[in-house]
Amino acid sequence: MKSTTDFHSKRDLPQKHILGTGTPMCPGCGGLAALHEIYDIMGEKTVFVNAAGCMTLLSVYPFTPFRGAWLYTAMASAPAGAQGVRDALDILKVKGAIKEEDDLEVIVLTGDGSAYGMGISATSGAIDRDLDFIYLCYDNEGYGNTGHQYSAATPHGVKTATSKGSRGYPGFKKDLFSIWAAHKPAYVATIIAAEPLDLAQKIAKASSLSGPRLLLALAPCPTGWSFDPSLSIEIGKKAVQTGVWPLKEYVDGKVVHTKIPKKRLPVEEYLKLQGRYDHLFHPHRDTKTLQEIQDRIDAYWHKVTYS
Amino acid sequence: MQRELLTGNGAAAWGARLARIEYLPAFPITPQTEIIENLSQWIDGGEMDCRMVTMDSEHSMITAAGAAAVTGVRTCTATSSQGLLHGMEMLYTVAGWRAPFVLINVSRGLAAPITLEPDHNDILAARDSSCVQLHCSTCQEVVDHMLIAFRLAESEGVRLPVIVNLDGFYLSFTREVVQLPDSRTADAFLPPYPSDFSLRFRPHEPVSAGVAVLGGSTYSYFRYQAHLASLHALPQYEKICLDFADLFGRQYGPLEEYQNKDAEYVFIMIGSYATKAKQAVDSLREAGWKIGLVRPRILRPYPEAHLCKALQGKKGVAVIDQNISMGKGGILYTELRSALYGHPDAPLLASFIGGLGGRDIKEEEFFEMASVLKQASADGTPPPPRLLYTEEEMREMRALQTIAGAIPVAQGDSR
Repeated sequence: MKSTTDFHSKRDLPQKHILGTGTPMCPGCGGLAALHEIYDIMGEKTVFVNAAGCMTLLSVYPFTPFRGAWLYTAMASAPAGAQGVRDALDILKVKGAIKEEDDLEVIVLTGDGSAYGMGISATSGAIDRDLDFIYLCYDNEGYGNTGHQYSAATPHGVKTATSKGSRGYPGFKKDLFSIWAAHKPAYVATIIAAEPLDLAQKIAKASSLSGPRLLLALAPCPTGWSFDPSLSIEIGKKAVQTGVWPLKEYVDGKVVHTKIPKKRLPVEEYLKLQGRYDHLFHPHRDTKTLQEIQDRIDAYWHKVTYS
Repeated sequence: MQRELLTGNGAAAWGARLARIEYLPAFPITPQTEIIENLSQWIDGGEMDCRMVTMDSEHSMITAAGAAAVTGVRTCTATSSQGLLHGMEMLYTVAGWRAPFVLINVSRGLAAPITLEPDHNDILAARDSSCVQLHCSTCQEVVDHMLIAFRLAESEGVRLPVIVNLDGFYLSFTREVVQLPDSRTADAFLPPYPSDFSLRFRPHEPVSAGVAVLGGSTYSYFRYQAHLASLHALPQYEKICLDFADLFGRQYGPLEEYQNKDAEYVFIMIGSYATKAKQAVDSLREAGWKIGLVRPRILRPYPEAHLCKALQGKKGVAVIDQNISMGKGGILYTELRSALYGHPDAPLLASFIGGLGGRDIKEEEFFEMASVLKQASADGTPPPPRLLYTEEEMREMRALQTIAGAIPVAQGDSR
């Protein structure tokens, strides 16, 4: 039985970070903020299995900010690396080569580029096989490490390095949460660093369960989304308050929203803080696209409320 | 020691079983699948203490194999052809992790056009991956080289993945009598997986593996380390073969030399088709030829000094490549040529491409190659590279092309 720590209020949250500082992540990285909060709870008895992305640069020879282990794999197969490590640890435990208390939690660390695209086959396979692991995607809605080109996680209308036209990215953000939940894994949750209590409660729940546990963290990205690093947390809060980023979890076959905004703010409050949406406001206000974005959010929450 | 009638795939599976593999990430592909089917039956029947997991792809399979090996368990996996290429990114990666496991590759030609039958372009595409390559010619060699491969992979100073290669169909599905090593002697030859590897994941002694590097110096250092490890695998292979001979009585080494001692002319081949060359050598010897066969068993690391020695003073050498590097030619020929360059006693080399996609090489074709070689050696002029392809095959090909509509039907043709 895995241990559970209860987080009732912000006072229960860890008081200091255990992930080392001085990493090459950008200032204000929403992904790193989420990782800090998660690592504080998960601790050093972990092995992070990394897919190609921004966070590959966390461990650059001979330094690492982690107190535990790390294995960089490739862009497409981090969950397969997790499978090999988990299975090997289990084999060694059965043979008595390692003790139960020396066991490690295996955590895949991946960006949206891998999670929403190239890595989806390996992820789906790991869930099919009921692999006992945690999967953490820091979703900054684009191929961040290469200069923020659009990915399958990029929202409609966003300006990226490969969608610089006046209409921005013509596609729509893929619903990865539902794709994962359709596999019926042990646990799926959306999280964000700007809501640390909600995040901590979900990490605690994930830690108490076995099997595939998948976490999708929206990761405000100052360089890719074009905003001042000091606004990272505020943008994260706005993502939740406007309903852009629904905080929810899937457990026991049900989806539950963990933080429903009482009165949702207009989505513009979120969009206007980010340079990637500038073209919707300047030189002319693109009322049609703004309304489309708002309508889609309203439709989502209408379904949540009335179904 | 027990005599069994086994296919090449059966022999590979037995080798894995005798090696007491602990972990088997798998993915089916023809002609390899029989290996993982055999192993899964033994695992299900409780005859093997091994965990098998079918992955979503060969890319994932090789990732899992490398990850398990660095975590500390003896790991085996198997693939063929497209599968090997699909996993190629990870083959390079896990070799860089210095993950010691064994990959069985059952050779099969590459798409396009897609085929099931064998040649060596798949395995030779992995040539520069740092994986050690052992090439087998018989079912006996397959089972024995499985044990040798694990010893080699796990050797101090090597610690690289080792690929055991056998030809699809011609060896994978051919039954031969095999002396099966008994498990006690196999255990004596191959001790349990070493527990002192620096790459493993335990609390209180955390490691980071496969980390990024900044700058060419650090990169160069680690890449060259892998090269040195690969070079070290050659003397290590020889040493392990001596140990093997002591325990099992069967002699192996970097080269198989057949009737080579007094030979003036030599065929060079790898894999199961070399048994055809042996038969041709016997026939040619009966006709008075001084001819032999040299067959490398290890191709990476490349047994350069052994080849130079074995071929020194020969009049002519015919290199028969079951592969083709487009725009260059036969890979074995190219490599041998570079190995012999500048050697005063180097023989004349002739390049033949044959046996692509399972095309047979007939005994008469060996005779023809020997004649071409002899003539060229007498003239002192290397012949142009040649594809083994008969007029009859060409006529059949034209007929197929006519059906496919690539060639207009000839006038007066009643079709």
